Amino acid sequence: MKFGILVFPGSNCDADCYYALKDVIGRDVEYIWHKETAVTGFDALVLPGGFSYGDYLRTGSIARFAPVMPAVVDFARQGGLVLGICNGFQILLESGLLPGAMLRNRSLRFICDTVPLKVEQSNTPFTNQFAPGEIIKLPIAHGEGNYFCDPATLEELRRENRILFSYSSADGEVCEAFNPNGSVANIAGIMNRQGNVLGMMPHPERWVESILGGEDGLRVFASMVNWLERQGVPA
Amino acid sequence: MRELTYHEMGLLDEEYQQIKAFLGREPNYLEVGMFAVMWSEHCGYKNSRPLLKDFPTRGAQVIQGPGENAGVVDIGDGLALVFKIESHNHPSAIEPYQGAATGVGGIVRDIFTMGARPIALLNSLRFGELDDPQVRELFAGVVAGIAGYGNCLGIPTVGGEVSFHPCYKGNPLVNAMCVGLVEQKDIALAVANEVGSPIMIVGAKTGRDGIHGATFASEELSEASRGKRPAVQVGDPFMEKLLIEACLELVQEDLVEGMQDLGAAGLTSSIAEIVSKKDRGAKVDVALVPRREEGMRPYEVMLSESQERMLIVPRAGCEDRIAGIFDKWGLDAVVIGQVTGDGRLRVYEGKTLAGDVPVQALTGGCPIYVRRGQEPPYYQQARGFDPAALPEAELKAALQKLLASPGIASKHWVYSQYDYQVMTNTCLAPGKGDAAVLRIRGTQKGVAFSTDCNSRMVYLDPFRGGMLAVCEAARNLACVGARPLALTNCLNFGNPEKGHIYWQMENAIKGMAAAARELNTPVVSGNVSLYNETAAGAIFPTPVVGMVGLVDNINYCCDLAFKEAGDLLLLLGGFSDQLGGSEYLYILHGLEKGEVPEPDLEAERRLIDLVLELISAGLLRSCHDIADGGLAVTLAECAIAGQLGFEVELPTAGGRPDAILFSEAAGRVVVSTRAQDLDKVRSRAIRRGVDVQILGQVQDGNLVIRRGAKELMIMALQEATKLWEGAITCLMK
Repeated sequence: MKFGILVFPGSNCDADCYYALKDVIGRDVEYIWHKETAVTGFDALVLPGGFSYGDYLRTGSIARFAPVMPAVVDFARQGGLVLGICNGFQILLESGLLPGAMLRNRSLRFICDTVPLKVEQSNTPFTNQFAPGEIIKLPIAHGEGNYFCDPATLEELRRENRILFSYSSADGEVCEAFNPNGSVANIAGIMNRQGNVLGMMPHPERWVESILGGEDGLRVFASMVNWLERQGVPA
Repeated sequence: MRELTYHEMGLLDEEYQQIKAFLGREPNYLEVGMFAVMWSEHCGYKNSRPLLKDFPTRGAQVIQGPGENAGVVDIGDGLALVFKIESHNHPSAIEPYQGAATGVGGIVRDIFTMGARPIALLNSLRFGELDDPQVRELFAGVVAGIAGYGNCLGIPTVGGEVSFHPCYKGNPLVNAMCVGLVEQKDIALAVANEVGSPIMIVGAKTGRDGIHGATFASEELSEASRGKRPAVQVGDPFMEKLLIEACLELVQEDLVEGMQDLGAAGLTSSIAEIVSKKDRGAKVDVALVPRREEGMRPYEVMLSESQERMLIVPRAGCEDRIAGIFDKWGLDAVVIGQVTGDGRLRVYEGKTLAGDVPVQALTGGCPIYVRRGQEPPYYQQARGFDPAALPEAELKAALQKLLASPGIASKHWVYSQYDYQVMTNTCLAPGKGDAAVLRIRGTQKGVAFSTDCNSRMVYLDPFRGGMLAVCEAARNLACVGARPLALTNCLNFGNPEKGHIYWQMENAIKGMAAAARELNTPVVSGNVSLYNETAAGAIFPTPVVGMVGLVDNINYCCDLAFKEAGDLLLLLGGFSDQLGGSEYLYILHGLEKGEVPEPDLEAERRLIDLVLELISAGLLRSCHDIADGGLAVTLAECAIAGQLGFEVELPTAGGRPDAILFSEAAGRVVVSTRAQDLDKVRSRAIRRGVDVQILGQVQDGNLVIRRGAKELMIMALQEATKLWEGAITCLMK
């Protein structure tokens, strides 16, 4: 099983994702430079956080044109697991792998914090190591994390159980008071219809050791590993 | 463009005469400009150099002291920390976002120029008071600028300080510190020795921004300063990120002989610096320098302070590999000249010689002014003030006011805009402890950083205040479990040509040097920022100390939050009732007076040793030093952080209760410990000669302070939390 981590020149969480996958959970990982045009030999791809090409225009809007992106889109269409974190989520939105768009945070300020999240779905490739409805904590750090979509898309995301994480209170209450950035319906992470692409603003790779404050993020990666392993052995 | 006179460039008549003597002829316009920036206070330290000699700079832990782009200290395992603090005050005063952003960019370049991976940023910020809309705009702009730049680079901003005082109204202080981690074998120096080596420039194209930035940084701010907005550079953090990665690859592969960032005084300074150390010279052709604008003259190219540029002197035969690495990162590297053996900096424009000056005259020829300090009348007057005559404020109301004052209140509004978690090493994030702590992967170790300066204390008594700044930084490191190693400083003062300002500098530096010597924390790098004055006067003398420390075992570091009801509260270092220079006098009585409590350096060292011993023995559950706001504020901060109350009983003897609760006398720490560990703590304290007082215990609910049978104060935890957490957010709405 091999993970690939996309590296755009302004990625800055690539090394953190590498460390989480390689050193903390002991999986094979390789970086994939943005100028590559093929992604072969990988079971899952991670688009890490950062500022892909500076993001002076709109986050992820240039990255979607990166030489590597057509191969990433193909990989996703063929059912490969793709996890976009923070800037990675923004790039997935821009490249049309996920619906909706990202706006600047409601406060118009960058936010760095650690917030409670409700795990809305636990039978997915990315969340199968969580209990249904479990409340976890993960770090967030973004200036444009205010997820927006039209009412029809929101309805569809809900109906198809594609909202995987919502910002919540420590008791699991999902409401405006516990919405750090203004996202529609407190959305923190959504999946595509096929169920193999997840975009999330919180950073699971930052919360993988108790010395850093917590380990909830570990289970996102463990879920992917578990899913990939089970695929090898049909139930 | 109108040509400036040498006076307008900041040169004095006698300095112009000296330049003439160096050249043996009249200098041309380009040459005058080059001398003016190199001989500015910012680059040449002409007013401060004689005073800086006081600082201790050596120690077994020091690998590189002052004189390079940053200082380097040994942390064992073949690793070293590279660090420095630098000011960007004047640019931030007139263009807060870009001024602060490029301040971060500049200090980060100083660190990776040494071959180190930048791992942490800190900021020491000072502004006027937040009830002024202009100040709020400056404050918001500076914080956003730091965030915008540092977050994009992916370097965590893990600590620092923010305070507010009217003296900074028109002249905010923006001091940025960066720490890098390097394998000792990879440390790179800014030295070019090989005659004939090419000199390359890489990174951003050169524009007209920032011309005479160094000169501008070396004069007082006035109404006319707004017109100098073009002297402020614009930052491009994405370009800087590319430079970091590319340059660190060069170092990893050992491809460079010397590397130097372009900072203040641009090409002039970086070329002069890199060739001067081995008495070399250089020949450069400004026509080869990639430009952002057309029609730039040699003068503009040589003085431009455009950001995100690096100068590279490759090792012989490595040019192609270097070009390959820069190409991978999408950067253009261009050869603009070569190292020569004649000790002269010759600037060509194509075939035409545009300027020709001796390098040593630029770097070492800078005149030095030894001035005479003059004790100002305010010093004795303020010292003579006796707080005993003051009416006693209602204690609960006093604590409420202090907790809600922006200097003491939570800085969450600030640090929540900084990415302090990226790189996944941050073990103690902002607000969690007295210093930031990062783990060092692959080892058991951690490193800790803090920045400190109580400028009111320095103003009231520069010598003692200087000592206090060093002591507080060291104590803060000890409180998280880190042994203080070495320091960097940013000396922010007013106009040194004024006798009382020079007196402040002289004494503050003496005090800092004395404390650095006693605590074995040598000064390994630093920056001087003078002329911090507006029409309203000078800032408080503000010599900011940035200190680094080493945690031997990262599993034993300590934060400031109370952990459990029933834990005992101890005061290490004893009670004090000296109110001189305190926040209490200022906030409650509007007074900035009194004798600054005299620091006892030897006692401070013993306290630090004790705290380190207790933390590494696992005996402390929380640890927080007494600083702004005194004992009462320290206790409240621990309570708020842990969401637990306390019950404290003051001794019946010894001074007024307000004095005991709000004295800011140094060398004191509040710790909590399990009841069964009391004897172990006490016996260790006695062995080290540190006074221990039992204050009371941690409890659920309220903050309670008694004296004998009398209840002095009771405050609900929720109330304290709300006041402290909400103050700045509320003012910034």
